[in-house]
Amino acid sequence: MLDVLTGFVGELRASGLPVSVTEAIDAAEAVTSIGLDDRRALRSALSATLVKSPEHRGAFLRVFDLYFSLRMAPGGHDDEIWIAGEGIDGDEIFVPGRQGSERQATSPQELREAVRRALSTGDAQSLFESAMTAVELFGAVEAERPVGVAYYLHKTLRALDLAGILEQLLAEIDGPVTADGSTIDPLERSMRSRELASNGDLLQEMISDEIARKLVDARGAGAMAKSMRRPLVEDIDFMHASADDLAQMRRAIYPLARILAARLARRRRGRRRGQLDVRATIRRSLSSGGVPLEPQFKHPHPNRPEIFVLADVSGSVSSFARFTVHLVYAISEQFSKVRSAVFIDGVDEVTAIFQRAASISEAIAEVGEKADVVDAHGHSNYGNALRLFEQRYGSTLTKKTNLIVLGDARSNYHAGEPEVLRSLRRRAHRVFWLNPEPRSYWGTGDSIIGEYAPYCDGVFECRTLRQLKEFVDHLA
Amino acid sequence: MSENSPFNDPANVKEALSGVGYLADDEIATVVYLAERLQKPILVEGPAGTGKTELAKSLATALSSRLIRLQCYEGLDESKVLYEWNYRKQLLRIQVERNEKELTIADDASNWRRIEDDIFSEEFLLERPVLEAIRAKDPVVLLIDEVDRVEVETEALLLEVLSEYQVSIAELGTVRATQIPLVILTSNGTRELSEALKRRCLYLYLDYPSQEREREIVLTKVPEIGEHLADEVVRVISMLRSLDLQKHPSISETLDWARTLVVLGVEHLDASTTATTLNILLKYRDDIDKAQREIARVSPAPVIN
Repeated sequence: MLDVLTGFVGELRASGLPVSVTEAIDAAEAVTSIGLDDRRALRSALSATLVKSPEHRGAFLRVFDLYFSLRMAPGGHDDEIWIAGEGIDGDEIFVPGRQGSERQATSPQELREAVRRALSTGDAQSLFESAMTAVELFGAVEAERPVGVAYYLHKTLRALDLAGILEQLLAEIDGPVTADGSTIDPLERSMRSRELASNGDLLQEMISDEIARKLVDARGAGAMAKSMRRPLVEDIDFMHASADDLAQMRRAIYPLARILAARLARRRRGRRRGQLDVRATIRRSLSSGGVPLEPQFKHPHPNRPEIFVLADVSGSVSSFARFTVHLVYAISEQFSKVRSAVFIDGVDEVTAIFQRAASISEAIAEVGEKADVVDAHGHSNYGNALRLFEQRYGSTLTKKTNLIVLGDARSNYHAGEPEVLRSLRRRAHRVFWLNPEPRSYWGTGDSIIGEYAPYCDGVFECRTLRQLKEFVDHLA
Repeated sequence: MSENSPFNDPANVKEALSGVGYLADDEIATVVYLAERLQKPILVEGPAGTGKTELAKSLATALSSRLIRLQCYEGLDESKVLYEWNYRKQLLRIQVERNEKELTIADDASNWRRIEDDIFSEEFLLERPVLEAIRAKDPVVLLIDEVDRVEVETEALLLEVLSEYQVSIAELGTVRATQIPLVILTSNGTRELSEALKRRCLYLYLDYPSQEREREIVLTKVPEIGEHLADEVVRVISMLRSLDLQKHPSISETLDWARTLVVLGVEHLDASTTATTLNILLKYRDDIDKAQREIARVSPAPVIN
C-alpha cells in the first residue's frame, strides 16, 4: 500500500499540486484509520489530507481514478471490483464479475435503445452499464497502439452517435406529451433539456473513464498518469486550449476575479495614512497649548486607475482577448472607468455593449457578432488598427488612463507604425502590452513586438490565467 | 483520545449528525471521523450557504459539547482571539494595595514583585475564545468562522493552537489543552489562506449538495412540502445552478423558496409560478432576468457548447 501511496503522491506533485511531507504522512495515517474496504471513503480521506484547494480537485480525481481503480482488485475481493460510478451523489456501483463472459452480447441497436432510456431517466447505474457496453462494442481498445483516451473516446462516441441520440431526445421533448394536445410547460422543457445535456456529459465522462481503466490495465497507472497529465486550469496555455479547457477556464474566472478584487480592495484600504495634514495638525495642537502632539494625516485618495483595453480579436489570439476582457470587467469596480475596443485591421469601441448586456459572457458573445473590426482583409493589421484607434479615440485618453494592448503583434508583414503607439503613450498614463505568445517566439517571423516594446511601460508574456492574474495584480 | 472516540466509523458520524437534523454526505462524515481520529482541525471551504457553519453547530449538538465561536473580521487581533489582561481590574488592585499599606511602590522592591505576580495571575486574565476552548474542562467544539476575513498576520496566531493545541502567554507560560477540542474553521474563499494554515488542517470542500441530498434536506426541514413538489423544487434549483449566474441559490434560499411555495399553496411548479417567485432565490436583477429567459425559452437549450 505504501508503494501505491508514494506513487500517488508523486503523481499529484507532478501534476502541479503542492503536497508537503507532513500532508503525505497525514494521508498515510488517514488511510490506516479508514481502511481500504470503501473506495469512496478512501477517496475522501486522501482528498481531505492532500488537496487543500478546490482548483486542485479535478486533477486529484483524475489521478485517483488511475491509481485506485483496478489495482486493488486482485488481492481484494474475489470478483467484486471497485468502480467509481460518478453518478448522482456517486453511489458506489458494484459490478460483480465485470470481466466475466456471462454478460450477453448486445447489438448496437439494443445499446442505442438502452442509451436512450438511460439518458432520459438519468439513472446512474444504467448510464454506467451503457458506457461499459459501448466501450466493449465500439472502443476496441488495443493497448499496444500508441494512442490515448481521446482517440478511443472519439471513436466510441462516433460509432454510438451520442450527439444524434441527444438531438432526437431533445426534439421529442416538444412532442405531444399530454393527450389533450396542450403543450409542455416551458419550465419543464427547459429543465428536461438541461438534464438531458448533463446526462449526456455524464455518459461521455463514464465512457472516457472506462477507456482509461482499460488502458491502465494494460499499461499500468504510472504510464497512463503521465500521458494523461494535464496542466492545472491556471497553467493552461490560452493559445492551445481545447474547448473543454476553455469551459474549465471560464468557470475559473469568477472565483479568480473575486479573490483578486478582495485583495486589491484590501490593499487599497491598507494604506490608511495619507500625507501629513498641516491644517488639521495645527488646529488639533490648540488643545495642547500649541504643541503638535498628535499629527493628523489626510485620508489617502483611493487611487483607482482608469483602463482602456485594446484587444486583437483575430482568430489566433481571440480566446486570450476574451479571457482578459472578461477578467478586467469582472473586477471593473476596482477601476474608476473601464473602456474597451477591439480590432483586427479595423477598430471599434465596444464599451457600450458591456454596459448594456446582462452579463459579461453575453457581452463578449455580442462583441463577436457586432463589432465592426474588419477594415480591408480580415487579417490582423496592427499599424492600421493603431492609427484608426488614435484618430477616433486618441483624444479621449487622459493622464489617468492605462492603455492595455492585447495581441501577439503578428502583423502579417504590414507596417507596424510604432510611432502611433509613441504618441498614444504621451497622452496616456501608462501603456502595457500583453502578449499571449511564449517569449521565445517574440520577434520571429512577422512578430513585431520588438518595434512596439520601446513605447510601452511594460510588455508581458501572458499565456496563462496565472500570468494574467499577476499582471492585473501589478496594475491595480 | 482514539480509545474513547465518540465515533466508531464514518457511518456513525452520519447517524449522529442526522439525529440532530444535519444530513451529511459520505465525504463530510469521513472527514469528521478522521478529524476526530487524527486530532486535526477541519478547514471547511465552499460557496456561501452550503451549511459550513451549520456543520459545526450540529456537531456540537451531536457530541453534546459546548460550541465556542470566534467570528473573524478584518482587524481582529490577539487580544480578541487568545487572551487579554483585565487592566482596569489590575489598576484597582494596585490602588487598593496602596491605600491599605500606605506605601508607595518604589519604596519596597519585594513588595512590587509581589504585586506584579499578583496582577499577572489568572484572576486578571480575560479568556478569549481560543484560550477558552483550550482550557475548557468539558468537551468543546471551537468554531473559527470566516477565517479568510482576517489578515495573514492574525492567521498566524492560530497556527500554534491548530497544531499543538496550546497557547503561549508571555507572563504565565504555555497553556496546554486539557482535552483536545474539535476545531472547525470555515472560509468563503475570498482569499487564499496561507499554506501553513492549510497544512495543519484537514480540508473539506462543501459544494452545493447533489439533487438527492438536497431533496432530503428539503423534506427534512420543510416536511409539509410533499415529495412531488420537493422533487420539482430541487430540479429547478439544480437547473439554476447550472446557469452562468453571479450568485447561485444556496441551500438556505432553497429552503426559503420551499417554505414560500407551501405558504402560497402551490402544488405543482410551472413556468409562471417559478418566474414570479424567483426573487427569493436570486438576488441580482441580471440573474433574475437571465433565469426568466431560460425558463421561457422557446427552443430547447443547446446541448453541447
